[in-house]
Amino acid sequence: MALNPDFVGRTYPAGSSYLVGREKIREFASAIGDTNPVFHDVQAARALGYADLVAPPTFPVILSLTASADVVRDPELGLDYSRVVHGEQGFAYSRPIVAGDELVVTTTIEAIRTMAGNDMITTRGEIETLSGEHVVTTRSLIISRGPEDDQP
Amino acid sequence: MTASVSWRDVEVGTELPAQTFTLDRSALVRYAGASGDFNVIHWNERIATAVGLPNVIAHGMLTMALAGRVVTDWVGDPGALVDYGVRFTRPVVVPDDEAGATIEVTGTVSRKDEDGIVQVTLTARCDAVTVLGRAQALVRLP
Repeated sequence: MALNPDFVGRTYPAGSSYLVGREKIREFASAIGDTNPVFHDVQAARALGYADLVAPPTFPVILSLTASADVVRDPELGLDYSRVVHGEQGFAYSRPIVAGDELVVTTTIEAIRTMAGNDMITTRGEIETLSGEHVVTTRSLIISRGPEDDQP
Repeated sequence: MTASVSWRDVEVGTELPAQTFTLDRSALVRYAGASGDFNVIHWNERIATAVGLPNVIAHGMLTMALAGRVVTDWVGDPGALVDYGVRFTRPVVVPDDEAGATIEVTGTVSRKDEDGIVQVTLTARCDAVTVLGRAQALVRLP
């Protein structure tokens, strides 16, 4: 199914904010098996100069998943979510996320194209504090695999 | 804990300590809960195979997180990371058995800039097949 090209350039404004909690950071770090003390021990994080626990580098995906859910599930866009796989992901950091941050995400559709029957959509998420301090920019390519991929 | 490497001690070609990670189905369920990514292809074999995958596959973001540990364990302070990006070139298939999937990650310094930034290029292999492409991190070293 071809995607609606009119969506290129469309920006989805920040929705409700995300308050980063210590236990969520610990839970996420444990789920990726990362025992770096700055993800678990407040004193270790403070010893490195951080205000509180540091979030692992891929933690922002929690925020961008929520922010992009409305985008990829938008029926007018025409993406078949059950066939979606992740093609590329990147993060450009101004600083690490730390516990206590209250963050908002603004998502923009940067590109839409179809290659070999697969729909591909590139999005950018700007993650900032409520006061407008930039923390991290996320970039994602998601692919909706065409039905012909099912052929052996 | 401070960064364990300094910019002047690093050269293009410097190898980071390699790491091997094992993923079983419970790791995928745990990551789904922690990340909020409940896409069924990461835990439901019936649907994964119905959409043309060989079996349940790991979240790409989980593989990216594991590969990134080779960089952050090397520098110590994860705040040294300036940029980190990957392409998910092949799925990490996680069978429903005791062994699960094994991912081997290596990293090599591929560029050294005068401003204290170095680029690390990562490789991630599962069953001798490359699962990440263009996997690169920029880190600022003291």
